[in-house]
Amino acid sequence: MRNLLLGALCTYLLGCIDASQQTIRKTQGLVYCAEANPVSFNPQVTTTGSTIDIIASQLYDTLLSIDPETAEFKPEIATHWQVSNSGKAVTFYLRQDIEFHHTSYFSPTRSLKADDVVFSFNRLFDVYNPYHFVGDASYPYFQSVGLDQLIRQVVKVDDYTVRFELFNAESSFLSNLATDFAVILSKEYADHLAAIEQKDLFDMYPIGTGPYKYKNYLRDNLIRYHRNENYWKHPVPMQQLVFDITTNGTSRIAKMLTKECDITAHPSATQLSVLNERTDIRVDKAPNLNIGYWAFNTEKPPFDNLLVRKALAHSVDFEKIMQAVFYGNGIIARSHLPPSSWAYEAQKNMPAYNPDYARQLLIEAGFEQGFSMTLWAMPVSRIYNPNARKMAELIQSDLKQIGISAQIIEYEWNTFLERIGQHEHDSVLLGWAADTPDPDNFFSPLLSCTATFSGKNPANWCNPEFDLLLTQALDTTDVEQRKVFYHQAQRMIIEQLPLVPIAHGMRFQATSSDIKDISLRPFGGISLGKARRD
Amino acid sequence: MLFEYLLRRLSLLLFMVFTLTVFTFSLNYMFPGELLSNITGQINPTYEQSQELIQQYQLDKGIFIQYLAFVERIVQGDWGLSLSSGQPVFEQIVKLFPATLELCVYALAMAVLFGIPGGIIASVYHKRWPEKVINSLSLLGFSVPIFWLALLLIMVFCLGLGLFPMSGRIGLLYEVDPISNFILLDIILQSFPYEGLAFVDALHHLALPTVVLAMYPTTVLIRFTRDSMLDVLEQNYIKTARAKGLNRRQLIMHHALRNALLPVIKQIGLQFSTLITLAMITEVIFSWPGVGRWLIDSIYQRDYPAIQGGLLAVSMFVILANMLAEFSHTLFDPLSRNQAHGKV
Repeated sequence: MRNLLLGALCTYLLGCIDASQQTIRKTQGLVYCAEANPVSFNPQVTTTGSTIDIIASQLYDTLLSIDPETAEFKPEIATHWQVSNSGKAVTFYLRQDIEFHHTSYFSPTRSLKADDVVFSFNRLFDVYNPYHFVGDASYPYFQSVGLDQLIRQVVKVDDYTVRFELFNAESSFLSNLATDFAVILSKEYADHLAAIEQKDLFDMYPIGTGPYKYKNYLRDNLIRYHRNENYWKHPVPMQQLVFDITTNGTSRIAKMLTKECDITAHPSATQLSVLNERTDIRVDKAPNLNIGYWAFNTEKPPFDNLLVRKALAHSVDFEKIMQAVFYGNGIIARSHLPPSSWAYEAQKNMPAYNPDYARQLLIEAGFEQGFSMTLWAMPVSRIYNPNARKMAELIQSDLKQIGISAQIIEYEWNTFLERIGQHEHDSVLLGWAADTPDPDNFFSPLLSCTATFSGKNPANWCNPEFDLLLTQALDTTDVEQRKVFYHQAQRMIIEQLPLVPIAHGMRFQATSSDIKDISLRPFGGISLGKARRD
Repeated sequence: MLFEYLLRRLSLLLFMVFTLTVFTFSLNYMFPGELLSNITGQINPTYEQSQELIQQYQLDKGIFIQYLAFVERIVQGDWGLSLSSGQPVFEQIVKLFPATLELCVYALAMAVLFGIPGGIIASVYHKRWPEKVINSLSLLGFSVPIFWLALLLIMVFCLGLGLFPMSGRIGLLYEVDPISNFILLDIILQSFPYEGLAFVDALHHLALPTVVLAMYPTTVLIRFTRDSMLDVLEQNYIKTARAKGLNRRQLIMHHALRNALLPVIKQIGLQFSTLITLAMITEVIFSWPGVGRWLIDSIYQRDYPAIQGGLLAVSMFVILANMLAEFSHTLFDPLSRNQAHGKV
């Protein structure tokens, strides 16, 4: 032991500088610098993008997925599926060789069966499911797209066949099942925890079927996954995957430079030039389905007044924001939907920068003296808004021009989202990155009435007419017809201005150049299952 | 004699701890937000839950009973739950404190290792060039703000030369099970996993934070040792010893140093409180997963039970460290036991 100690000291003193880097290679792992703590280890209970990146594709699988290139459905856990003629029943046929994770806290005795699928979806909407009320019974994505109102029941036909019976046919049903949120959990594990009366652990110690399995999590520090040796889809090249939780964007870039990270989420546009100069770091850039917006709390006076919302929208110079915040790495929004969506329609009456007109509108609304308001800026950098703080400052100075004093409010990211969910804000700079290419993903989870109740509607805006449009669009499978409804919905957003669409960002990712097989998808979280080191 | 002294110290310690707990307890009332959430860390409890908690924490009783219940919980290790993570505060502190302590101990060791010899050399070469060099260096180290020094070192050694990592205690891909939560000790206890490379990597991670943290105490110790040595060298018995014909080495090692080090030993202990404060800054900059970074994160997240627990733990530790320093000082220096007034 003493010799070993001496040896170790000697190597250190001799200046074995590359030691740490070589050995990281030796230990065959991947370090991903993530921007926030995960809020849960179950994708069903959250829509936070930073959390989904960490947990969804790494730990779990879904029944089916969407091919990012062709936008067609791909089989995953289900080998194939059948939609009945009425569209009200969908039958999935499952693979028979899928094993759940073996971990220190649970060893499954059987492989994935129909029971697990039934359990996973029952938890979302069946109040008799023992796990429905674990946590706070909030399943934001499913509730906001109304899936809990759509599924009549999930039936086990035989051990490897499951039938979803719906109240009515809905065109986005399959794509909702293909999102990162619709994961399959282990019923056996759930039963085990229920038997030892520790149901609370279910969402904290995950058992899934994905390429990696959970090892440990130290808050504000790291999350460690080990390789799932029995992964059904392909062998997993990396022995372990570590998420280094680094909330500061500059630190993430610095860690890329010192090789402490192999991949960095959302490097900020200002720092891209530093990374571009390096040959050992690759920066990928891909268009992404997302929208950054400025939402008003439409239930709170004076923001319930359309004139006020209009005045605010006309008082801000968004062109300047694009320059200062996005550095040319985003496109200014001309509608709520991004141009790459098939239902996109550029709006003619997008609010343009016109402080005189804004002041006039304020006088009309009875606010000659102006007023003071809060402007919540999200503390993390996301695709749709790389620097909300800076954007908030620019908006603040523009608002001053028309006599409105805005106070910028920031909280730690998860606290921030929680408080926005409780509608404590006056206005907020936030955004949405799509989980599926279906246009409904931009409307129902954000601006529907059900989203208001589940706390996901940052505009707190519940408009029955708008909801009717969304329902009509979902009731038909005819694409042309759906386009018509979504065009109307986009027009309505600009007329009513529950939120002002600001920009669509590009997705960036910095990767060490010896890491291969990580692809950027235009929607959903990142998948690291195939990542390998050359 | 010694016993009486101990008793005196102990009563002072008790009084300090009492004041500290009163202050921490009153924080519950001074923080904004619900009193119940501030104390327990339960956010939005149901009616039954809150009734039960009120019973448990005796919040329906008078303030004095509440305080007693509070002290009882502190002693039992029930420090409430963190608002942001929902985990027990005490457990988190137990996990994180060793990291801070580890950093402080290494920094202090380094300060002693360089500070005391530096001070001796400066005093021996009084008014000659070695003293001037050491003096100006220590003045420089004394005046440089450590956050700036830390960033400078990161710029040069991490980003520029790529010699050292800039965050954490060890490369994240090394899995070292926490046994004692002291990283080097843990690696040794697990008999050097990864062929000793984990140990090397941990040392690598330690290097910069230790240097940064050691900077201030080193300069303090240099100046202190130098002044104390100069004082002693002026004494008559040194002159006598010199007259007896002792050479310079004997003079310094056997006569001057022993007496000069007495106040320095006390100073080493007192440095600990400064160190803990500086360690917080160092931890934030180097993403060192210690109690300081955790406390600062808690402040940012308005996590009141965590702030309270962190403050209590850190200040309790500082008080204890000071007491220990004084105690060891009196062990070495019997004269100081007769001081009529204790000072903290």
